[in-house]
Amino acid sequence: MNDWPLWEVFIRSQHGLAHKHAGSLHAPDAEMAIKNARDVYTRRNEGVSIWVVKSSDITASSPGEKEPLFEPANSKVYRHPTFYDVPEEVKNL
Amino acid sequence: MPTIQLFEYLLRLGDNCLILSQRLSEWCGHGPVLEEDIALTNIALDLLGHARFWLSYAGEVEGAGRDEDKLAFLRDAGQFRNVLLVEQPNGDYAMTTARQFFFDAWHLHLLNALGRSSDSRVAAIAEKAAKEVTYHLERSTDWVIRLGDGTPESHRRMQAAVDEMWIYTGELFEMDAVDVEMVQSGIGVDLATLQSRWTEHVEKTFGEATLQIPAENWMQQGGKRGLHGEKLGYLLAEMQFLQRAYPGAQW
Repeated sequence: MNDWPLWEVFIRSQHGLAHKHAGSLHAPDAEMAIKNARDVYTRRNEGVSIWVVKSSDITASSPGEKEPLFEPANSKVYRHPTFYDVPEEVKNL
Repeated sequence: MPTIQLFEYLLRLGDNCLILSQRLSEWCGHGPVLEEDIALTNIALDLLGHARFWLSYAGEVEGAGRDEDKLAFLRDAGQFRNVLLVEQPNGDYAMTTARQFFFDAWHLHLLNALGRSSDSRVAAIAEKAAKEVTYHLERSTDWVIRLGDGTPESHRRMQAAVDEMWIYTGELFEMDAVDVEMVQSGIGVDLATLQSRWTEHVEKTFGEATLQIPAENWMQQGGKRGLHGEKLGYLLAEMQFLQRAYPGAQW
């Protein structure tokens, strides 16, 4: 069982929302990964949809590149949409 | 329709779920991987829920003041009405999988048929349970295929497990006087009619799993009449210990 690949699990908690990373698990193939995700991550009615993707298929940014990647955005406060009021009725913005 | 027959019938439905649930619970904390540990205990909890519905109803039908807990914890082995298949020990993961697969494939068809019962309470319980059992069968079918068509070692173990559990599958379709009575009153299911669909699913799955259907025709029976193997006693000793040692204990 140690050679089972690792899968990243994404759950959509309700219709209209995006899938969110829930965690990871081991499974022999994609179909079993969905079933395992159902059992491990949706036991308390958390989801309406599940995605799984092999962890090895994810390309991640390197922590060492933090500065060149993210530093330039730090000084640009005007990019944050904080200069107008959001009506109370608008949820999940 | 005699009450005693319905009581007996409900005990069989409830005891199948209760005993298999207890067996699966034995895996809690011992699963081969975390994911399987959680999956098996989920199924155990589903089955325990079904057992509670059936045994509560059985207690009401009997009308002797026994509730689900009294029926679960204060009966001895000879009074249990589960089929022999569900009391078989867990063994290795292939044994647990074979037992679950044979049971699920039967259980789902049984519940679908009971959904059309003339007894509205039986129909309602069956309909609710069938949704969960649909998933149980998908899962156990997937595992039979993956272990059967896996490595030489997993194939060998899966075939051995199928051979070991096979003699307990005949009882699933055995009709006795209680079953006949229940069919005539429109409450129960003619078990013999489930066999062709069960066999079809088993054959199709074994085809994909590269497993052989055992040639053995002799079938072990008796569980439905209270004739159980020795190992059920050990299971009950663990399950019932608290209520036996501390009668009426609550938390």
